[in-house]
Amino acid sequence: MITLLMLAPVGLPVLGALAYLLFGWRPATAWIAAGAAAGELAAAIGLAAVVDLSGPQIAVGGLARVDALSVFMLLVIGTVGLLATAASPSYLAAEIRAGRASMRTAARHSLLVQAFLAAMASAVLAADLGGLWIAIEATTIVTAFLVGQRRTRAAVEAAWKYVVICSTGIALALLGALLLNYAAQHTPVRPGLNLVGLIAAAHTLDPAVTKIAVAMLVIGFGTKAGLAPLHAWLPDAHSQAPAPVSALMSGVLLSVAFYAILRVKLVADAVLGAGFARALLLVMALASLALAASLLIAQRDYKRMLAYSSIEHLALIATGAAVGGPLAMAAVLLHMLGHGLAKGVLFLGAGQLSQTDGTSRIAQIRAVAARQPVLAGCLGFGVLALIGLPPFSIFASELGIARAGFAAGLGWFTAIALSLTAVAGAVLVIHVSRMLLGTPAEGPGAATASPRLPAAAGAVLLAGLTLSAALGVTAGPLTGLLHSAAVIAVGTP
Amino acid sequence: MSETTYVQLLYLACGGLLLTSVLMLWRRELAVLIRVFAVQGFALAVIAGLAALHHGGIELGAVAVGILVLRVGILPWLLRRAVAAVGPASRETRPLVNVAASLLVAAVLTLLAYAVSRPLVELAPAAATSAIPIGVAVVLIGFFVLITRRRAPSQLVGFLLMDNGITAVGLLTTAGVALTVELGVALDVLLAVLVLQILTGRMRETFGDTDVAELRELHD
Repeated sequence: MITLLMLAPVGLPVLGALAYLLFGWRPATAWIAAGAAAGELAAAIGLAAVVDLSGPQIAVGGLARVDALSVFMLLVIGTVGLLATAASPSYLAAEIRAGRASMRTAARHSLLVQAFLAAMASAVLAADLGGLWIAIEATTIVTAFLVGQRRTRAAVEAAWKYVVICSTGIALALLGALLLNYAAQHTPVRPGLNLVGLIAAAHTLDPAVTKIAVAMLVIGFGTKAGLAPLHAWLPDAHSQAPAPVSALMSGVLLSVAFYAILRVKLVADAVLGAGFARALLLVMALASLALAASLLIAQRDYKRMLAYSSIEHLALIATGAAVGGPLAMAAVLLHMLGHGLAKGVLFLGAGQLSQTDGTSRIAQIRAVAARQPVLAGCLGFGVLALIGLPPFSIFASELGIARAGFAAGLGWFTAIALSLTAVAGAVLVIHVSRMLLGTPAEGPGAATASPRLPAAAGAVLLAGLTLSAALGVTAGPLTGLLHSAAVIAVGTP
Repeated sequence: MSETTYVQLLYLACGGLLLTSVLMLWRRELAVLIRVFAVQGFALAVIAGLAALHHGGIELGAVAVGILVLRVGILPWLLRRAVAAVGPASRETRPLVNVAASLLVAAVLTLLAYAVSRPLVELAPAAATSAIPIGVAVVLIGFFVLITRRRAPSQLVGFLLMDNGITAVGLLTTAGVALTVELGVALDVLLAVLVLQILTGRMRETFGDTDVAELRELHD
């Protein structure tokens, strides 16, 4: 039973991928993707109940392990995955109508998205660092073709940069994993790369070797999480990928990569004390924040703007993780979910906007509120959710990270991080209000029939926003899970 | 095999690894680079084979055979196809750093590798582990090739050089990453190269050439 539940988050998307391989993309199969994502979410909820009752579980001959932290990540993957796949049918149909995609492209898109979901689920379920590494590298390979889907110059360029930079980063992580394995061999118990075993054997791991290994692992997985210094792929890839894929890459993949950093940090803290990983993460976080905030100011493309905002939010998550402690970790996890929801809604809405207006330049879009009120409302509230206004959940998580930061004696760092976040938030609001407000252009050709938001896409955007607001008011049934996941992420001092 | 022969052969193979990396900085014709890359793959397979003989592990023997097939057979073949697709102008014409400076940088990177990997050697001093710095040096040189070459196939060679270095570190530190992990890693590398190869083809379709300096659509 438990094995079945643990296989479902990986197995269902694989089945979905097979279905697209066999039957192609057509109205009858368009909703299989959302079905598989919903199944993944249901399995995650089931696993949450099991883990809550009887603690961590191991399955598939020790290759897979689930605890509160991985269950929480599964919930994030399932929720944002469901939003993105539910918005896909109308997105793909519009692309086909516009002649930018064929039925074959749509089938390949859906197949790859399913494989992408399966790879992310296996990353968080992996019991050892080797499996985690393989799954994260697999996400790069799968999404490379999704980024380059449109085959324009810009899309091919983005895909090339994406694969070269991410593979290089992830190769560094592999070197780190090999070195950690080397350190683990020279301990009495030889835990290999098992995540739990490494922590148990922490006091016997060689600190000097572990230090090199951890630095490689954090920089390597940090590349996939969009943190400086190897972040350059992110704005290109996220702006060129099709909207549902951008939503998944930005809303979930970055967090899954950061989950890998959290697991590495547990080993690092146990061997080296909290200082080493904290310093590393703080430097990367502040560099990323400064970079994202400064590049946001002069941004002229709204998809790139959202991409830089993802760098900013992941940097904030890294700040929270560097602070450590139960409050900060709970805030970090809540921030991952809140960011996934808000960014998912915004990328899906932005995709809709670029389909109807045919451009992604901020300057060329005016008065969306007058033409498409529902879409404009969703984008507006999405940005408010993203910059952390109450009642949305990012408000609660940012407050948590700030409070924990000041309490932990990292006041200066936290203050700098918060002010950079405030700058980024203000810039986002200015850019987006320019696009949404104003009067529509008068004159011939301006009064074409205003395009309508497809019902399914509208429902998805509203659902995402509602969920984000509800989470901000109360974590509800998630409270217990969030607490136990945070305790695991803090580790044993 | 006696202990001395083992050590001598091991060091010979590691020397080959470093020498081929430096050769890749020196030569610019892509066809030559690929041949050098195959030779390096062979050196890597020798290291794995020696480790298998020395530790007597059947798994390591399988890894050695796998490396031979992948790095002497499949990957050079894929690269040759990528170069054939690019056409006759398959020469790295304008690297960002010239040859003499690259060779100097390689020397500095090797020294850096020795400095950085001191703790790695000290953890378990032995014939194999004392060669770890060479693996690290190959990783650094590969990274250097990756960031200073402009043509897509030569960047690919840089990436593979880095990967060879990482595999070497893995083999020299080894008594055993599990075979499943080893297999997964090999598969991922193969897939990444396939993806990059397909993208090279698409770049040629859309840009007409695979000079990465042409990639100027996306910037801030």
